[in-house]
Amino acid sequence: MEWETVIGLEIHVQLSTQSKIFSGASTAFGAAPNSQACAIDLAMPGTLPVANEQAFRFAVMFGLAMNAEIGKRSVFERKNYFYPDLPKGYQTTQLEEPIVGPGVIDIELENGETKSIRLHHAHLEEDAGKSLHEDYQGMSGIDLNRAGTPLIEIVSEPDMRSAEEAVAYLKKIHSIITYLGISDGEMSQGSMRCDANVSVRLKGEEEYGTRCEIKNINSFKFVEKAINVEVERQIDLIEDGGKVVQETRLYDADKNETRSMRSKEVANDYRYFPCPDLLPVILDDDYIAEIKSKLPELPDAKRDRFVSDYGLSSYDATVLTAERATADYFESVAKTSGEPKLAANWVMVDLAAYLNKSEQKLADCPVSAKHLAQLIARIKDGTISGKIAKQVFEAMTNGEGDPDSIIEKRGLKQVSDTGAIEKMVDEVIANNQAQVDNYKNADEKKRPKMLGFFVGQIMKASKGQANPQAVNEILLKKLNEQ
Amino acid sequence: MAVNQSDIEKLAELAKLEISTEAAGATADSISQVLELVDQLQAADTTGVAPMAHPLDAVQRLRADQVTEADQREALQAMAPATEDGLYLVPRVIE
Repeated sequence: MEWETVIGLEIHVQLSTQSKIFSGASTAFGAAPNSQACAIDLAMPGTLPVANEQAFRFAVMFGLAMNAEIGKRSVFERKNYFYPDLPKGYQTTQLEEPIVGPGVIDIELENGETKSIRLHHAHLEEDAGKSLHEDYQGMSGIDLNRAGTPLIEIVSEPDMRSAEEAVAYLKKIHSIITYLGISDGEMSQGSMRCDANVSVRLKGEEEYGTRCEIKNINSFKFVEKAINVEVERQIDLIEDGGKVVQETRLYDADKNETRSMRSKEVANDYRYFPCPDLLPVILDDDYIAEIKSKLPELPDAKRDRFVSDYGLSSYDATVLTAERATADYFESVAKTSGEPKLAANWVMVDLAAYLNKSEQKLADCPVSAKHLAQLIARIKDGTISGKIAKQVFEAMTNGEGDPDSIIEKRGLKQVSDTGAIEKMVDEVIANNQAQVDNYKNADEKKRPKMLGFFVGQIMKASKGQANPQAVNEILLKKLNEQ
Repeated sequence: MAVNQSDIEKLAELAKLEISTEAAGATADSISQVLELVDQLQAADTTGVAPMAHPLDAVQRLRADQVTEADQREALQAMAPATEDGLYLVPRVIE
């Protein structure tokens, strides 16, 4: 039997507002417990919510970036359930009239293909607090700092057919929200969280299978693993004659398994109704047009521009534009150095390897774009060779300063002085008479290969600082004179 | 439309309300009466009338994104039955 996987994602993104969606309490990360939970967040009697304009602005930016319809009239509803980190006894969210309607986005797969994923809708809502289950006098501890932090929940259609596609979609959403600057997108800090609706069906079947919702997936890597392990579970279950039960399952990264979360609870029945405390929000065309006019360049547009403006390959441009910080860094290096292809190579190879090895973010990198551009300029003007540049780069990562002062301090300047090179060539020829004879006696066609030996010796004698082009010219001349 | 006793018991559970069997029966009757009123309302022809999200014919005013609330944890926690390390303590919940 051949099975097909069907996946839809619900992605929660914390918006980078200063204050909460319905109160003036701060949303800063890492504050002392409950120091940012005011009377409104605590649902004290007599308080009323007032909606934060910036949350709407961010949601509209997202909707425009997803080519989606914008809900000019949006309504908040109450989703009723009881949990201690939700003091009101309901989450203020949207259901019937969300801020962002249907849209569509393209994802790029590893085989180079592009696939369109439809957005069902995205809505604004408030985050809940946090429950800490360590033993506090036999009780649970509640921190409500996060309660009321604005979220957009981004709901896809069940358009993904593999874990790889789900990860590509999630990365695309991450890329868009960070380009827009509406969220820091830090999955490890919970700024971006993902639930996956997963089902399987026999290939060719029209009807969807029964789905399970997997929660608690907090990294790109785990999205892939959690989906694959859940798909395996469902297929095994059905092939053994069982049936998939619609339920919420928790992904356990340590054991790499999903397990049922709420077995005894009464089926979810949230009894949604429009929130009487909040009036409908109406956004006019001018407001939306103003936001549209200020949208930054998005990943796809930037990728196309990098290809046309800098002559990069589509692959290189895709890699460089996946994150806005990388794209901005590359563009600064390319412009300052005037060498886009070298810049792309340095950013994608040497810089990426260094950041990966040292587990650093680009923002914390000791090598500024300006200094990398200087380094590239020194390769281009012949001050140093590409090989020496790698030494200089390493010194730059150690915080030894700008490339010019490193080249100066370490005496790495390339020797282009023909007199000095001639002297080194003469010495190498004199010391290696046997190889010289071999070279002279060899066939014309074999000679270029044999040159490598002499070049190697000369570069060694110059500690790698001889200008390779000058070495080649002088060496050829001298050997032919022999 | 009428509701029966088991509807009331389910709603009571969802609303975390304790209700005795006798009270559930009586409540089912009175709520059914209210729903009869709703049935009458639903008989009205609403063709072309947009659903009402709010009884006030007004639009939500939005506030600027500024932090206006100072930390009042001490005052707020003075009202709580139990706190520790700045946390509000509640009967243990484990999912």
